[in-house]
Amino acid sequence: MRWVLALATVLLLVAPLATRAAVDRPLDDRALEARALKLHQEIRCLVCQGQSIADSNATLAFDLRALVRERVAAGDSDATVLDFLHARYGDFVLLEPPVKPATYALWFGPPVLLVIGGLAVFVVLRRTRRPNDAALKPLSEAERRALEPLLRDDGR
Amino acid sequence: MSEQPEPIVAQELARPIARRRLWFALPILVFVGIAAALVFGLGRQGDEHARDLPSALIDKPLPAFTLPPVEGYEVGLSDADIKAAGVSILNVFASWCGPCQVEHPIWMAYAKQSDAVPLFGLNSKDQPENAANWLKKLGDPYKLIGADRDGRVSIDFGVYGVPETFVIDATGRIVLKHIGVMTRKDLDQTILPLIARLKG
Repeated sequence: MRWVLALATVLLLVAPLATRAAVDRPLDDRALEARALKLHQEIRCLVCQGQSIADSNATLAFDLRALVRERVAAGDSDATVLDFLHARYGDFVLLEPPVKPATYALWFGPPVLLVIGGLAVFVVLRRTRRPNDAALKPLSEAERRALEPLLRDDGR
Repeated sequence: MSEQPEPIVAQELARPIARRRLWFALPILVFVGIAAALVFGLGRQGDEHARDLPSALIDKPLPAFTLPPVEGYEVGLSDADIKAAGVSILNVFASWCGPCQVEHPIWMAYAKQSDAVPLFGLNSKDQPENAANWLKKLGDPYKLIGADRDGRVSIDFGVYGVPETFVIDATGRIVLKHIGVMTRKDLDQTILPLIARLKG
């Protein structure tokens, strides 16, 4: 019984070694690690395409995380690291796409639509109010005469 | 009481109906237009290559690299080898990659063609013995193979989905990147005509 337990313990201990050790190794320097982690959030995982490399379990994401740490540790600025990946993987690797003619619709579409919508609402509201004002014609002589007694005796 | 003001609703109704309809229809038309564009975009997902990303390396020179040979081989691969070969194909493969096995017969057949340009292999993130066994079992269509153990050269090539195939011109520039399985159709209709043009 004892040796079974011992064997089980040993197996449990070595089990993680059998699986591929795809565990991130953080940088020792806290500030550099923080920068690397922030960069991970800005880089798209090209395998899964909807996630940042920080969120992805793909092997490529793992490799790119290590690469970013390596470059940050080597003294690269954030922009240099992003440029490095941009040169290899293009705009898509950046979760925040650069502003250029091909992405104008992406960047300016929503605000432009919002302005158009706002203008439309403004115009429609003004249009519908104008006939209202026009309808408030001054009372005619007959109306005033009819109204006067009512106002004077509180409608009694 | 004879001079009652005209009710507002009536005034509103008195405006030409056709014009009012147009104004009501405009936002709906805009919405339908945007929705149609988005639905079309989603529909493209059915297309095999819809999710392929444009390569940042098109029209750029080959990245510089030197790789050791696959286990059991004498010679590795460097960018100089590819440049010296003129118009050529570089195929990124791995034994762990199922689709690579699917396209492998295509390359075996191509390498036997008399007019074939040199075909180079980039063995991406493979275990040495696995790569060697894979090539032994299925055959080796490559002129030279580089073993990219840690995947760094693959990253330099912007590889994100093995298999990938690059066509390189005589000056060592990357002209085309094909992502995913190379089919007979892709080879015959895209790759080979391009190579013929580059050579001619």
